[in-house]
Parts: sequence; C-alpha cells; structure tokens
Amino acid sequence: MSFLKKPKISHPGLPKNDIGLTIRDYEGAMSTLCAGCGHDSVSSAIMQAYFELSMQPHRVAKVSGIGCSSKTPTYFLGGAHGFNSVHGRMPSIATGANAANRELNYIGVSGDGDSLSIGLGQFAHAIRRNINMMYLIENNGVYGLTKGQFSASADRGSTAKKGDANPYSPIDPVLLAISLGCTFVGRGFSGDKDHLVPLIKSAIRHNGFALLDIISPCVTFNDHEGSTKSYAHTRANMRETVHADFTDHHEEIVAQVSPGEFKKITMHDGSRVGFKRVDEHYDPTDRISAISYIEEHRAKGEVVTGLLYLEESTTEMHSVLGSSEQAMATLPYEKLNPGAATLAKIQSRWR
Amino acid sequence: MKPTNTAHPDHYHQVVDCQWGCPAHTDVPHYIRQIAQGDFTGAYLENRKSNVFPGILGRVCDRPCEPSCRRGRLDESPVAICRLKRVAADHSEDVRQHLPPKGESNGKRIACIGAGTASLTVANDLLPLGYDIVMFEQFDKPGGLMRTNIPAFRLPAEVLDDEIAMIVERGVDLRLNTKVESMQSLLDDGFDAIFVGTGAPRGKDVNLPGRHDSDRIHIGIDWLESVAFEHTESIGENVLIIGVGNTAMDCCRTSLRLGGKNVKVMARKPRAWFKASEWELEDAEEENVDIIINHAPKEFVVENGVLKGMLFDKLAYETDDQGRLSAPDVLEEVFIECDDVILAIGQDNAFPWIEKETGLELTEWETPVVNETTHSSSLDGVFFGGDAAFGPKNIIWAVEHGHRAAISIHKYCQGEDITDRPSRGVNLLSTKMGIHEWSYSNDFDDAPRRVMNHVELTQRFKDIKIEVELGFNAEQTAREVERCLNCDIQTVFAENLCIECDACMDICPTHCLTITHNGDEDDLRSRLRAPSLNKSQILYVSNALPQTGKVMVKDEDLCVHCGLCAERCPTGAWDMRKSRMSIPYASSEMSVKSASAE
Repeated sequence: MSFLKKPKISHPGLPKNDIGLTIRDYEGAMSTLCAGCGHDSVSSAIMQAYFELSMQPHRVAKVSGIGCSSKTPTYFLGGAHGFNSVHGRMPSIATGANAANRELNYIGVSGDGDSLSIGLGQFAHAIRRNINMMYLIENNGVYGLTKGQFSASADRGSTAKKGDANPYSPIDPVLLAISLGCTFVGRGFSGDKDHLVPLIKSAIRHNGFALLDIISPCVTFNDHEGSTKSYAHTRANMRETVHADFTDHHEEIVAQVSPGEFKKITMHDGSRVGFKRVDEHYDPTDRISAISYIEEHRAKGEVVTGLLYLEESTTEMHSVLGSSEQAMATLPYEKLNPGAATLAKIQSRWR
Repeated sequence: MKPTNTAHPDHYHQVVDCQWGCPAHTDVPHYIRQIAQGDFTGAYLENRKSNVFPGILGRVCDRPCEPSCRRGRLDESPVAICRLKRVAADHSEDVRQHLPPKGESNGKRIACIGAGTASLTVANDLLPLGYDIVMFEQFDKPGGLMRTNIPAFRLPAEVLDDEIAMIVERGVDLRLNTKVESMQSLLDDGFDAIFVGTGAPRGKDVNLPGRHDSDRIHIGIDWLESVAFEHTESIGENVLIIGVGNTAMDCCRTSLRLGGKNVKVMARKPRAWFKASEWELEDAEEENVDIIINHAPKEFVVENGVLKGMLFDKLAYETDDQGRLSAPDVLEEVFIECDDVILAIGQDNAFPWIEKETGLELTEWETPVVNETTHSSSLDGVFFGGDAAFGPKNIIWAVEHGHRAAISIHKYCQGEDITDRPSRGVNLLSTKMGIHEWSYSNDFDDAPRRVMNHVELTQRFKDIKIEVELGFNAEQTAREVERCLNCDIQTVFAENLCIECDACMDICPTHCLTITHNGDEDDLRSRLRAPSLNKSQILYVSNALPQTGKVMVKDEDLCVHCGLCAERCPTGAWDMRKSRMSIPYASSEMSVKSASAE
C-alpha cells in the first residue's frame, strides 16, 4: 500500500469515452494490497473494460466476499454500488440483488479461497441458476490474508514459500464451471492486459453467468521458484488458446476477419465477440472437446488461457423464473405487493 | 528504439525542465527545496553559484525557466520560480563570508570593458583564481544596462549595489568614468586577455517625417538612462511609446512616475506578436497604460517647433492557415495627440571604438565575429560576452556568457586549448527513507500559482524609487514551494528487477509509463497509454525486460515525480533518485586540476 493518495492531477490529453468520462473517472480508493499484487492489475483491467464500454459507474453493482481479492471492489469504480459480504456468501448476495434489480450490471469479485473452499457450494449454485453477472476469481493459489497457506487451487507438488510441497490435487474452476453448465468460461492472467481487457468486456456483455478465472500472482507469498502461480511460471507456461476480440454493437466492424479468426458470436445485445483461434484444433463452442483439451494441457503443466467456452444462452435466472421485465426495485408498491385480497385469491387455488 | 543512455549527463538534466531551460542552468528544484526548509542563505548561494545575481534576477529575470516548467503543462501556470528566487535573496543572511576571496595573484591581468552583467560575471569567476581584473566603466556607477535601463521601481538601487559590491570589493580594479575609446590602445597596454562586455547601447531610431523637428522625441534606452542618472525628472502629460517590447514597458511605466497622465503604447501588430513578456504587459496594464494594436507610425506632427502628436496608419491583418500574419491593409490614417514620444523599437550593439587596423573581424553589420562556445573573437585573447557578443538577449544569458568566457580566458592564460571544454556531470542519490518515505515532499499539491502583491496604485507613483512588487510573504512562499514537481528527483529504472506486474503503470496518475514491444520512436509514441503531446520531451526506453522481452517506456512530458511507481514496485525496480548536475565553471576547473595533480 501507499500512504500517499493518488494525485487527482491527470494527463490533459486523456481520451474520453462515449459518455465523456476518462479512465480516471473509473477509479476507486487507493489500494491497501501489497505493492505488485496481481489483484491491483486486475482492478485496472476492470476499469479499462468499463471505460471502453462507456458504462456509467453508478449502473454497476460490485459484490464480494472475504479475502485479498474481495477487498478490491473498493479500489475501482468508486461511483458504483457495492456489498462486501460474508466469506463465500457473495453469490447469495448477488442473487438477491440481481433478483431485485435486474437493470444493474453485476460484477462479483472473489478469490480461490472464497470460491473454491468455503464458498464452493454457493459458487456452484450461482452457476446452476445462471445469474446474469460477471464472476471473477482472482486466483493466486494461496490464502494471502492469513500468511500464505495453500488454497484449493494450488497445484499438487507446487511449493510454499518455505519449501513445503502441496500434497493435494487442485480444483480447477474453469473445468468445474464448464462441467456445471456455465455458459461463459474464460481464463486470463493479471500480467497480460492486452488479453485480459477484451475477456472482461466480453464477460460483462454476456447474458448469464460469466466466469473468469484470472491467474493473479501473490507477490508476497507465492511468487517464488516452485510456485505454479508466479509471474514467471505463468508467463513461461501460459498457452493462449483463443484470443477474444470484443466489438461493441454500435461500433462498425471495419476490419476484415483476420486469418486466425474463425468465428464471431453475436451477444444478446448485438455486440460481437470474435475468436482468434491461436490453436487451430480448439473449438470454444464445443463443450466436450473444450474439457478434454484443457485436461490434456493441464497434464502437461500448461495454463490454458483465453475465452475457453461460450454459449450465448437465453436462460439466465430471470428468464427461467419468468420474472418481471421491469426491475422489481422500480415497480410501484401496489404492483410489488398487490395486497391481502390478491394473496388470498392465489392461496385459494391450492385449497 | 535503442535503450536510453541514462549515463549521459544530459539525460537526467533534460528532465529538469527549468534547469535545462535556464541559460545558466540554475538548479531550481534544489533551491526551492532549500527555501521550503527555511535555508534561505543556502538557496541564495545555490543561485549565486550559477546566476551570480539572485537578488537582481529574482526581480527582473526574463525567466526562460517558467515557460519550460513542467507544471505549466499540467495546470497551466508554472511554478513562480523567479518570485521564489527573490524570497531567497530577501531572507538570506549576508553571504560574503561564504564567497571565495581573491586568490593569490597569478600575475595575469585581464581587462573587462563595461561594468555590466557579463564583465562582472567574468570577474566573479576569475578573481578566486588569482587574476587581476581591471574593469572600465564609462559612467560613475557600475551595473551597465541593469542600472541604466531597468527603472528603480522594478529594481531598487540597493539590491543592485549590494550584489555588484560582492564582486567588486573582492579586489576588482574598477575604473569608473573611464570610457574606452580605442581597442588598439588596450591591446598596446599588454593585458593578458581582454573581455568586451559593453552591451547593446545603441537604441534604434526611426526615419519618419518630423523626426528631427522636436526635442521631445526620445530614444527609449537613452531616455531611461538619463532618468536613472536623474538628468531627466519630468515628461509631458500625453506620452506615446512606439514599440511593444520590455523596454517599451519600462518606458511607459517610468513616464507615469514622471508626470505622464495619458500614456499609450503603440503596437504595429496584434497582441500575440508582442515582444514584451506577458507579466510585464500585465503590470503596465494594471497601471492603466493603453496598449493600442495595429498602428504603424507614419509621421511626427510638429507645429512651430512644438510636437503636437503623431500620425499613424491603422492596419488590418489576416492570419493564414499556418498562423502567419498577412501583409497588412491600411484602413485609415489616425492622428493621436501627444507631448512626448519615446522610441522603444530595439537596440543594437555598436563598436565605434574598435579600429579596423586591430584586425578584429567584423560582420557586415559591424558586429564582431564571435564563437558561440568559447566567446573568442578573431583576435587571440579578445573575448566578447553579453549583448555585445550576439546582440540583445537578457541578463541571464549575459551571466552564462560570462561563465563561458571566464573558462576560455582561464584556459587561454594557462596556455590550454580553449575549444577543449570541461564536461558536465550528473550524480544520483536515492531519496528512499523507508517503504513509503522519501526525503522530499512527494505529494502533488494542487494549489494555484500565488499572485504577487503590489503597492497600491494610489501610492506607487509618488516616487520612482518605490518598488512595486512587495515580494512573497511567508504564506505565499509556503504554498508556492509545494507547487514544485521535484523534477530533479528522477525515476530510475533497473530492468533486471522488473517482473512486469504493471503496478507502476496502473498507479501512475499521469499515465507516463507503458510496457510494450519495442519499436521506432514514432511507433512507440503512438502506442503509449496516454497521447504523446509533447515530442520535444524525451522518451525513456529500457533494455528488454527479463520475462517477456518487452520494454518499459516512460514519456517524461507530464511525470509529477510523486514516487508512486517506486512505492508500488514490489522489487525496487523503480527508485526515486535526486540528480545533481555538475556544471563546470572556471573556478571548478581549477579545483579539479589541482586535485588530479595531487
């Protein structure tokens, strides 16, 4: 952390987005995380994505649980709504908030501890319900806030800072999410924003639960030799499989489809995600081959990154429930609570 | 781009915009920090080392440092560097005890012609080395154009006297009322070297009808000179000043103090083309001087030997797409009444006393041929500096000329090659005091520039000697010093330590930093995280980074030197280091020589 607040002075030539804001308008409070934490870099990528999408910060709701990662919503989009919930219980809060106000854009920030240990049940059911939100796991393989114990995502055989090897096999959130039926699954790296920002933009625009597993090194407890979640190891073993190129719906597509590009998927709002296939055998719309591909490369010790699976679903929570098109938060009281007479009428159906 | 060679002494020097922009390379951030710490004497001495006349320059310097100041590109008004210099001078103790005494005589006699800025600087630099300086001055007081052309309400005589005395009283053989009439006779006198610092004493005249029909038409610098020596004590109520440079500003404001009631400055062109400094224009306008644009003088109207006024052509210009002015159209002829006219349209250097027979090479405009680095003329041992060398510049340039000429004179007298110039150097020292502590005030202070307080308009015209500017008070000083961006605290990068976590890039408030693939300069500038607005500012490019082979690029243009990149760096790849430039002087050359001889 720094004692100094980031000065308000900014570059006079900073570009403005379609709603007249600069990237500085998407900042939050000063981070209190360790200097060099991957999570801060993810926060910057989030700011960049919302800036580039020209989204109003106050139309965004940030929800999180407990952990280093879950502190970060304070450090971006200071104008957004936020709820820092109990450990592992962020999906419940997100579900409730989304049920009450479907018009906001939801971003859940969690970590490997928050989502893969204490919150694993909540995480799985949020996917199953297909809540319309972007869910980020800032994955560093350790419990940083409690001094660096292995987390559930630490690879077997990787070593702790003091040298002990991890005896357990890891939970891979990407494989877990695909197998649970998640409709948008990607993996990024905090140290590669060129790749991460379009992933986040695509995830924001996905209509349904979008999971991004982001390798985000812990500089203090897990950036040593022997770690498989360090900056150096991730860079050496990262295999970018599908590069997402996000095109906003109102941007005209000027560029021709580039040679590596093989597919464009139109999102529900008309925006498009172009896939630049780096590995020619990969098809991110084929769930079975995606799983086997990821498993195959995981066995080789490679970290497969990119937009790994996408199904532009129409079955997010509200459409399954058939709930009101209008956000419940904005319904007039009489409509939201039609009164005792209506309740009696409904109940009489089952008497 | 190739990795930046930060070992070159100019690299970090260029980052300190004010110091780089100052002809004499005064270490501005250093002395501002001394002022902030209350060390006014230290700040004065730091100034004196490079610019010799801090009290004078703190009032009337042309301030090339201020347009250069990085702060001006961030929030439109630069740090009030010049005002802070005056703060140092106002509150410094007497520094005489800190000045080196005249060295034991080395038997070399140097003639300095004119007791102005350049000559005094030469004397200042050469006295400690043991040279005997003989300085010739045509008037009964030293100071040159600083005394004759700058009115007392801007530069009090006591300040001038004191700073000149600091040099002269250390053993200059100052010969007042001694006008040098012949270069040949000086050469015959057997001086070991001659320095000509006679300024640009000839004011330009106009050749218009009626010019010589009245004695109420004055040449600006001559008129100011006669006011300075109290030969002129009044002027008519209606005064026209022709020309709109800084001399014109001094003429109009002086007129107001000698009885002028209705003073107009007549400019041929629109305001954007004025030569006067913006602050001098503002000061004149505050005193209700009319500045009238687009009027070209045409004729002096004199009836029965009495000046009645002047005829002007009123002009109209158009600006072309490159911002240049077209040839003007004449709209009409205008008559403006006046009692006196002062011509302030420029000045020349003049050398009627240099005989052709001496062999000193002159240009077609009768000015000497002078080398811009060594200040030597075509005659061995004869050097020129100040306005005498290359025409009118300003005081701070004259100081720098003096320093350069002093090095040349020293080398010449020691039988060394004067073209072999001593080199500059740079020293870096970390300012890190703890994890989040630096030995400088690194936070950005968003205070606007402090405004100088002036003597009330109703008071200031009572006496020409009332200094208009009051100087900064304690509160103004305390705020203004914090506006300095500490550009001398350099961001120093060690690429071998970088793990490319992006923390520095993410935290930088002005988006100076980019990690990207290398390319040529234009390509890199097009791929920075914020637009490259100022191509004259350097890009720093690192060696290839260990993990990806990308490079760290820093656009120096708008860095506020807050140190957050270094605070957020987990590996210490960034450090904030204070740079000190070593600028060579004749006397430092001496100490290096003697140290290496031991």
